[in-house]
Amino acid sequence: MSTAVQPTLAKTSAPTLGRSILWICLLVAVLAALPLVAPRYWVYFAGILGINIIATHGLNIMTGYTGLLSLGHAAFVGVGAYTVALVQLHLGLPFYLAIPLAGVAAAVIGIGFGLPSLRIRGLYLVIATLAAQFILNFVFVHWQSVTKGDVGLTVQPATVFGYPLNNETRVYYLILFCVVVATWFAVNVIRSRVGRAFIAIRERDLTAEVLGVQIVWYKLVAFALGSFYAGVAGGLLAYFNQFVNPEQFGLLLSVFFLSAVIVGGMGSTLGAILGAVFMTLLPEFLREGALAVGNTFGFDIASILVPLREAVFGLLMVAFLILEPRGLAQLWKRARLKFSRSGQGA
Amino acid sequence: MNIFSAFLEYSAVGIAAGGIYALIALGIVVIFKSSRTFNFAMGEMMMLSAYFFYTAAVTFSFGIFFGVVVAMIGSIAVALLIERLALRPMMGRPFIAIVMVTFGIGSIIRGIVGMIWGPNDLQIPAILARTPVMIGDIFIPGKTARAFAIAVVMVAALIAFLRYSRAGIALRAAAADQITAYSMGIDVRRVIAFTWIIAAITGCISGILMANVNTLTPHLGLVALNVLSVVILGGMNSIGGVLVAGFIIGWLESVTGWVLGTEFREITPYILVLLLLLVRPTGLFGTKEIERI
Repeated sequence: MSTAVQPTLAKTSAPTLGRSILWICLLVAVLAALPLVAPRYWVYFAGILGINIIATHGLNIMTGYTGLLSLGHAAFVGVGAYTVALVQLHLGLPFYLAIPLAGVAAAVIGIGFGLPSLRIRGLYLVIATLAAQFILNFVFVHWQSVTKGDVGLTVQPATVFGYPLNNETRVYYLILFCVVVATWFAVNVIRSRVGRAFIAIRERDLTAEVLGVQIVWYKLVAFALGSFYAGVAGGLLAYFNQFVNPEQFGLLLSVFFLSAVIVGGMGSTLGAILGAVFMTLLPEFLREGALAVGNTFGFDIASILVPLREAVFGLLMVAFLILEPRGLAQLWKRARLKFSRSGQGA
Repeated sequence: MNIFSAFLEYSAVGIAAGGIYALIALGIVVIFKSSRTFNFAMGEMMMLSAYFFYTAAVTFSFGIFFGVVVAMIGSIAVALLIERLALRPMMGRPFIAIVMVTFGIGSIIRGIVGMIWGPNDLQIPAILARTPVMIGDIFIPGKTARAFAIAVVMVAALIAFLRYSRAGIALRAAAADQITAYSMGIDVRRVIAFTWIIAAITGCISGILMANVNTLTPHLGLVALNVLSVVILGGMNSIGGVLVAGFIIGWLESVTGWVLGTEFREITPYILVLLLLLVRPTGLFGTKEIERI
C-alpha cells in the first residue's frame, strides 16, 4: 500500500541495536517472571495475548507486508487448533510435532483456497478467503464424525519430558517461547530478500515483476507463511484451552485479527504486536467500563457485550484506516521522536 | 411426484428467491460503477433497514405503509452518512483499504443492531400473502413468489431509470471515465452519493422482503456477502450479468438444499465461487478486466 512506504527498510546502527537487544531481553525476563507475581487471571490473559500476537504476525505478513487481504484468518487458526486436537487424539503425537504440523496443515489448506486467486490480481483472493472462512467453519460444524460438531473436541495437555503442561502458567511458557521465535522470525524474514520481495509486490506488483521478483511465487510464500502462523496460533490455543469447538473461529475473530493489523499499523512487526495487545486489552476495558456503567444506572449490560465488541472493532478499523493508516506503530514512533527531541532540548 | 417435477419445483422456488438476490446485486453494482468501491456493508445496510421497518411498523405501530417510508428514509440517511464520513475520505486510496473500510462498517452496523435490538429473531408484520402460487403443477410458497414479483418490478424500474433519466446517464458517464465526466460538468461526487441512495433503496426493499420470507436477525445481512462474492465473479461491469448471477445463486441454493440437505445452502455460493475461480477467472459475463501477472 502506497501509504506505508519506507519505514520497514530503515537501517539500524550498531549501538541502538545493542540497546534494543538489551531492552528485548529485559522485556522477555519480565514476561517470564510474570506468573511468579501476577494473579492467575493475568497469566491466562497473557497467554491469550501471546496467541493473538502470533496470529496477528501472520496476517500482518500477508496483508500488511504483501498486500494480500484475508478475511478468513480465523478459519486458518481453526485449522491449526483442530489439527492439534485430531493428531493428538488419533496419532498421539507430542506437542513439538503437533504444533508445527498445525502450522503446516493451515498453510496447505490456505494454499488450497488461495492458489487459484493468487495467480490473478485484484479482489479475487479476498473472495477466496471469505469462502475459506465460511466453508471451513461449515466443515468444523457439520463434519460430525471427525470434529464432533458443536460439542467440539477435548485436548490433552502437552507434556515436556513427562512433565504435563496442564495449567495456564505452564502453557504460558510454551506460548512465550513461541511468541519470541515467531517475532524473531518475522523480523528477519522481512529483512531478507523474501521480505523485500513482499514489500515490492505490495507497493507495485508490475514494477516488482519487471525487476525480477517472481510475484506469484512470493505471494504464495507470503500466504503460506501467514497461514502457518495462524495454524501455530491455533495449535497453541488448543493446548491452552484444552478444547476446540467451531464457535471460537467465526467471522468475528477474523474481524478481530484484521482490526489488530490495521490498528497496530500495516507493514510493521512492532505494529502487529501493539495491535494485538491493544485489541486484546480493549474488550476487557470495554467490559469493565460497560459493567461499571451498567451497575451505576441499573441496566443489564452483560447481554450487549458481544455486539458492543463487534461495533468497536469495526469502528477502530474504519477510524484508523481513515485517520492514521500506519497505525499505533506510527503514533509510537512520533511520540518517541518528540520525546527524544524535547530531551535534547533540555 | 417424480424427480423431474421435484427438480422443476425446487428450481422455480430457487429462481423466485433469486429475485431478491438480483436486487441486492444491483445495489452492489451501481456503487461499484460510480466509484469502484466494493460495498461489503451492503448486507448490513439491508439488515438495518429491515430493523428500521420493524421499529416503525411494530414498536411505534405506524402501519405497514409508513413503516416502509420510515425505513426508506432511515436507510437513505445511513447510506449518505457512510458515503460522506467513511468513503469520501478514502477516495484515491488502494482498493484493499476501501474494502477493509466497508467491511469495518458492516461490523459496526452488526454490532449496533445487536446492541439495540438484541440477538434474537424478530417477527415482522406480514406484508406478503401466504397463499401459494401454482404454475401448472409447480407449487411456489406465496411469500417467495410475491417477493419475487416485487423484486423484479423494482429491478426493472431501476434499470429503466438508470437507462433513461438524466441521473442515470450521468452515472454511466462517470462510470465510463471519471475525468472526462468531470470536465463535461458532471458532479461526480453527487453521482457517487446518488448511487449510495439507490443502494439504500434496493437494500431497504430487499431487506424487508428477506425479513418477510425468513425472520429478522442480525445475521440477515450475511446473505449479501454470498451475493457479493458471486457478483464479483459474474463480472462487475455488466448489469445483466450481475442479475443473472443473482438468479443463479437462488437456484443453486435451492437445488443443493434439496440434493445435499438444507445445511449446505449457506456455503453453496462460496463453493461455486471457488470452482469458478479455478475454471474461468475472467468472470462469467462482464468485459475482460482480469489481469494475469
